[in-house]
Amino acid sequence: MELERKLIKKASLEKLYQKLQANGNKIFAPIIKDGKTEFHYNPSYAEVTYDHIQTIQSLKNTVFPKIENLVRFTTDRNGTEVTEVDLAKVPSLVLWGAHPCDAAGFKALKSIFMWDYKDEYFNSRMNKMVVIGLSCYKCDDNCFCTSVGLNPGATNGSDILLTKLSTGDYLAEIITEKGKEIVNAAAELFEAAPAEAKEGNLAQVKQQFSHEKVTKNLAGAFEHPFWVENSLRCIGCGACAFVCPACACFDIQDETKGKTGKRLRCWDSCGFGLFTIHTSGHNPREVQSQRWRQRIMHKFSYMPERNESLGCIGCGRCSRACPVDMNILEQLIALEKIQ
Amino acid sequence: MESIRKRAKELLDSKQVQVIIGYENGTSNKVRASFIKDSAQVDKLIYDERCTQNLALYLVKHEVKHLGKMGIVATIPAMRTINMLISEEQVKPENIVVLGIGEDGKLLDFPDLTVMESFLQKANIELTAKDKEAIEKLKKMTTQEKFDYWSNALETCFKCYACRSACPLCYCTRCAVECNQPQWIPVQASKNGNYEWHMLRAMHLSGRCVSCGDCGRACPLDIPVHLLTMHMAEESKRLFGVDSGLSMKMESVLSNYKLDDKDNFIL
Amino acid sequence: MEVEKITEEAPEVKTFRLKFKNHEDAEKFEFKAGQFGEYSVMGEGESTFCIASAPTRKGYIECTFRKAGRVTGALANLEEGETIGFRGPYGNIFPIDEWKGKNLLYIAGGIALPPMRCVIWNTLDLRENYKDITIIYGARTVNDLVYKQELKEWDERPDVKLVTTVDPGGETPDWKGEVGFVPTVLEKIAPSSKDTIAIVCGPPIMIKYTFPVLEKLGFTEDTIFTTLENRMKCGFGKCGRCNVGKYFVCKDGPVFTYKQLKELPDEY
Repeated sequence: MELERKLIKKASLEKLYQKLQANGNKIFAPIIKDGKTEFHYNPSYAEVTYDHIQTIQSLKNTVFPKIENLVRFTTDRNGTEVTEVDLAKVPSLVLWGAHPCDAAGFKALKSIFMWDYKDEYFNSRMNKMVVIGLSCYKCDDNCFCTSVGLNPGATNGSDILLTKLSTGDYLAEIITEKGKEIVNAAAELFEAAPAEAKEGNLAQVKQQFSHEKVTKNLAGAFEHPFWVENSLRCIGCGACAFVCPACACFDIQDETKGKTGKRLRCWDSCGFGLFTIHTSGHNPREVQSQRWRQRIMHKFSYMPERNESLGCIGCGRCSRACPVDMNILEQLIALEKIQ
Repeated sequence: MESIRKRAKELLDSKQVQVIIGYENGTSNKVRASFIKDSAQVDKLIYDERCTQNLALYLVKHEVKHLGKMGIVATIPAMRTINMLISEEQVKPENIVVLGIGEDGKLLDFPDLTVMESFLQKANIELTAKDKEAIEKLKKMTTQEKFDYWSNALETCFKCYACRSACPLCYCTRCAVECNQPQWIPVQASKNGNYEWHMLRAMHLSGRCVSCGDCGRACPLDIPVHLLTMHMAEESKRLFGVDSGLSMKMESVLSNYKLDDKDNFIL
Repeated sequence: MEVEKITEEAPEVKTFRLKFKNHEDAEKFEFKAGQFGEYSVMGEGESTFCIASAPTRKGYIECTFRKAGRVTGALANLEEGETIGFRGPYGNIFPIDEWKGKNLLYIAGGIALPPMRCVIWNTLDLRENYKDITIIYGARTVNDLVYKQELKEWDERPDVKLVTTVDPGGETPDWKGEVGFVPTVLEKIAPSSKDTIAIVCGPPIMIKYTFPVLEKLGFTEDTIFTTLENRMKCGFGKCGRCNVGKYFVCKDGPVFTYKQLKELPDEY
């Protein structure tokens, strides 16, 4: 289906931002602070940047916060009183300037949280969120979206996708009903579609491997020496998992303060040594190579088969964040070739 | 570089070691740890100013130890770490051969580890200009300012534990944060929990940290956590005269009592 | 749920009989043999155990646990009349309807009898559906045997053959059962595999040594069942820690046939 296309002038973009903010939405947008570009809540429009290749952290915190309050409880002499969290109070959120890979990251998360049992915490945050995507006009050698079925102008996951044109104005592609509502409510800011094509304004990300081939190879590669050989330098931290837009492993922990407390869901990582340890002390994934294998297998073998989605969107954050250069792209290229 | 390769080849060919832990070229102009088991591969080894990772970390990694005797390319902080690991009985001296790298980047000749020990007596660990400046800036702060600085800096921490994993002296299989009876440190990356975790880490490394700075370099969020442990290293030196990692028989400052220990902190 | 009754089974091992506090919850609640739940003490966390009572016993559920960690430690401190949280049931089931008309051979080790007790009582309560029922149960020491009262009851029943064993060195002077590891005792007793379903539950090491013995006795891969107990948090296929290859123990298990296990990578 042909997407509806419009033009939004640079000056109107600011008006749209302010309009959305004035309507009571929380806005999550990228700004440069202490030399680093990261998404922050409700920055002023003057701070918002469109020039970054990639933020260090992913945007999953919006729908899968690093700490999610599941229930509250109060314990006293009469017993324990449990109070549900009121999910109707989840605020409306506009994600402003998410790159296409990040927008697709939400699809990957959805394939986990909405697979089989539907996770209401995730779902209510997802439903309250609008994604205004921004095509990439530049990339670095860690980017590999085109190798995982995406591209720097991919629309999947965004409600509206903006692409900067040579004039400095933006092409707006309206992808979903949510996107349409925003455009309709601010019709005066949008103009007729520009003649200029989107394609000439996108970063060139070369396809470096076939993910189908990687998935196929992984099916028989559980015992392959590749894992030990290529993970000796892995130090087993959770940096890759925590910056990943598609990693969703979590822990459940209670936090108490006097008589009241909360049950929390917090990020966890399959790379941690004690992640799978049994009470008896037996650990099914005892050494780091097994945990590294799990990370790749989950994203490129188990998820495609069970969740009908890859667990990777090619943003390259894990490679940039890794303190010991466990570069995922390098490994996937190698996995495409293993016998 | 050539001398490292030559020495590595000798050690592998003569079967004195089964693996050489060194540096190789990585991706995006980065360097990374390399594990050479076959002397035909020694040309992968490199050494230049980018090679800062403290490779002593791998001497305590299960799968690396499993390979057999280890030869290790060690910068000065790594050599001091090796002394600490030997002192704490995590590494057996007979299982390692050290390919030391001096301040000038040249390979040092250590017939045995006692020569390394005496070399270290004279070798200093130079902090980077950036770290020195940051430490000076922190020192000038009032207690409240320091507290605010760290509360703010540590709040973004998401507890990926890269600082812990990158530290060769954080080798516990079950870290204090993972001991939950009682739960000393909250698991979740909350403001207070983060603060407690980093204080605990700094305390556990007091008098042990060799100021290699790898914890700070490992942090994906660029939180300067290494300044905490570096400060504690400086304090151990000031209060107890102990510079960690100078010998293979270091006693841990905070877990040993000496009659002449200063007690002026007792009110 | 309310802790209605506490039974001390062995050192540090307790059984809780739990009753729903809310009548509607009790009415709605249904489960089948093999399923598990998440039991919680607010402020301490949740722990995963199989439901140890049979679905044929209405009005309550039971769970048996060893005091080992933070949550089980808190559970162990509870007294009768106190409240705990429960989520469940989760996971798949033992296909006891398909076992109709067959002999059943239960093999359990240590604290792994509780996950099997559910299906044992379930089939004993529907005794007429099955032919011979044999139970082989081993523990490290006599003291570590759980459900001592029920073991006695099963032993006295003419329609059940019970063999108990303890690891060498774990026997007491008046011990009348076998001495030896479960796989060894199984080999010695050598039950017939004809028309028989074997259900094995124990620590991973026991399971790994028991399967070859069963195969030697002529059991085929699809007549051997087991239940796995990987570390879990959520119970419904999201938190990412119980998977064995592409399968989630919490969704696709905990009950697996040996045939399925053989197809799984060695990650349990």
